[in-house]
Amino acid sequence: MALHKPSTLRRILTTDLPMLAILCFTLGPYLWMALTSLSPQETLFTQGPSLLNATLENYTRLFATVGFADNLIDSMIVAGGTVAVGLSLSITAAYAFSRFNFRGKRILMLQFLLINMFPLVLLILPLFVLMRVLGLLDTHLALIIANSTVAIPFSIWMMVSYMNGIPRSLDEAAMTDGCTRMQALRRVVLPLCLPGIIATGIYIFITSWNEYLYALTLGGRNVRTITVAVQTLIGEYEVQWGLLTAGGIVGAMPATVLFLIVQKRLISGLTQGAVKG
Amino acid sequence: MTRAPDAPRHRASLGRQILPYAMLTPAVLVTLAIVFLPMIQTAWMSLHDYVLFRPNDFTWVGLDNFKAALGDEVFWISLRHTIIWMCTTIPAQVALGLVTALLLNREFPWRALARALIIIPWALPSVVIALMWVWIYDSNYGVANEFLLRLGLIQQAVPWLADPDTALASIILTLTWQGFPFFAVMILAGLQSTPKSYDAAASTDGASPWRQFWHITLPGISGVMMTAVLLRMIWVANSFDVIFVMTGGGPGYATHTLPLYAFIKARTNLDFGYGSAIAVLFTLLLMVVVVIYLRRTGKAVS
Repeated sequence: MALHKPSTLRRILTTDLPMLAILCFTLGPYLWMALTSLSPQETLFTQGPSLLNATLENYTRLFATVGFADNLIDSMIVAGGTVAVGLSLSITAAYAFSRFNFRGKRILMLQFLLINMFPLVLLILPLFVLMRVLGLLDTHLALIIANSTVAIPFSIWMMVSYMNGIPRSLDEAAMTDGCTRMQALRRVVLPLCLPGIIATGIYIFITSWNEYLYALTLGGRNVRTITVAVQTLIGEYEVQWGLLTAGGIVGAMPATVLFLIVQKRLISGLTQGAVKG
Repeated sequence: MTRAPDAPRHRASLGRQILPYAMLTPAVLVTLAIVFLPMIQTAWMSLHDYVLFRPNDFTWVGLDNFKAALGDEVFWISLRHTIIWMCTTIPAQVALGLVTALLLNREFPWRALARALIIIPWALPSVVIALMWVWIYDSNYGVANEFLLRLGLIQQAVPWLADPDTALASIILTLTWQGFPFFAVMILAGLQSTPKSYDAAASTDGASPWRQFWHITLPGISGVMMTAVLLRMIWVANSFDVIFVMTGGGPGYATHTLPLYAFIKARTNLDFGYGSAIAVLFTLLLMVVVVIYLRRTGKAVS
C-alpha cells in the first residue's frame, strides 16, 4: 500500500531540492547582476564582485552623471500614455464583445486575436516610415502609438475574459431599474471588474516599460526610454559593468515590483480562456 | 446561444443593434490605422526598391526583392538559425516549465514564495536580460567561465558569445531562461483546474505515478499546453531584441535569425524594400507553421 503521507525526508529530496535548484537557475543571474552593481568599479576586475566593500557608488553615478532621471520620466510618460490609450479604447469594445450578439462578432474578435500573431518586425519598418512622414519621430506620441499596437488587442482580450466572469443578470437588473446600457456599464460592470482593469493596466505598463525595439527605432535622442538608456551605457571600448548593472537593476525595478503585486490576478485572466476552452 | 432580437419596442431594438458597433468603432478604427495599414504598407514596400537615403527613388520592382532573398546566402543561414532557434528554445521551455509546474503543484512549506519568485525573469526588460547574460558570458571576467573552470568542465575560458560555434547555443540558453516561467505558470494553472480526485482515484486503482501522469495529468493540461506553445511560438518569433543586444547577429552571421536580418537590413543598410520583403517572407513562414500546428494539435486534443 502506498504511503498516504510521504515522509519529510522524501518530500525534501523529491520536491524541495529540485525546486531550490530551479530557483537558483532562475534567480542566480539576477542576484549576480545585483551583486555586481554593488561592487566598486575599481576592484570589479581585480577581485570580482563581492559584498565585502559594498557601495552605492554606481547608483549615485547613474543619476548624477548619466542623467538617468530623465530617462525614467520618458519611460513613465510612454508607459502611462499607452495604458491610457489601451484601456480607454478597450473597455467599451470588451463590453460589446462580452454582452452582445451581433453580426460580424466572430470576425471582429478574430481580428483582434490575429493582430497579436503578426511579428513585430512587420510593423516596425512601416511605423518608422509613417512617423517620419508625420514628423513624429523622437516624440512620446510615436512610442505610445507603437506600443498600443500590442496593448489594445491584449487588453481587449483580457477585459472580455474578466467581463464574462460578471453575470449578465446584474446589468439586466440595473436596466430594469431604469439604467441605460452605458449607465449599467459604468455603475455596475466597471466597478466589479476594476481589479481586472487594474491588472490589465499594470501589465500594459510593464510591457511598454520593458519595450526596447520601438523605443530604439522611433525614439532615441530627445525621448530616450530607460531600456535604450541602459543599452547606451555600453561604451565604445570599455564596458563599465558596475554602472551598467546598476542601470539594469533600476530599470527593471518598477516592472518587477508591479509584476509581483498583480501576478495572481493577471495569470487567472490569462489562463481562463485557455483552461476552459 | 444567440437570442433573436425579439423586439416589442422598435426603438430599443434598433439601439440594441447599433450600440455594439458604436462601442467597437474606436478600437477597430485605431487598430486599422496603426496595425493593418502599416502591415499593408510593408507588403507594398516589399514590392519596391526603397532605400531610405534615396527617398525619392521608390520604383516598382515586382517580386525582385523576394527573388533576391531566395538567392541570398544570408537569408538561408538566417532561416536555418530561426528553425534551430525555435525547435530548441520552445521544447526546452516546455520541459523546464512542466517540471517546475509539477513541483509547484506539490505541497511544501515555501510554495507561495517559490511561485512568486519563479516569475521574475518574465518581468525583466529584455535589454536588461541580454546585458546581464553578456556579463555572465564575458570571456575574461564572466561568472560562467569561472564556474565551469572551478568544476573542471572546461580547461580554459571560452568566449561564449564571440565564438561562432557557441554563440547560438549561449543565446538559446538565455532565451530558455527568459521564457520557461511563462510555461510554468500556465501549466500550473492547468494542473490546478484538473480535479485532485482524479489522481486520488487512479492512485487507489493502483496506477503507477508514471501512468497516472501520462493518462490523467497530461491530458488534463493538454489544452493549456497547446495555447501556451502557440503564444510562445509567436513570442519567440518576436523576441529578437535579446539577440540584437547580445550579439547584434554576430559573430559574422552566427546568430542571425530572419526577423533580426530584416531589422538589420532596414536599420543599418536603410534598405526598407529588401527588409520588408524578408519580414513578409518570415511572416508567411510563421503563418504556415502556426496553421499546421493548429491542425495537428487540434486533432490530437479533441
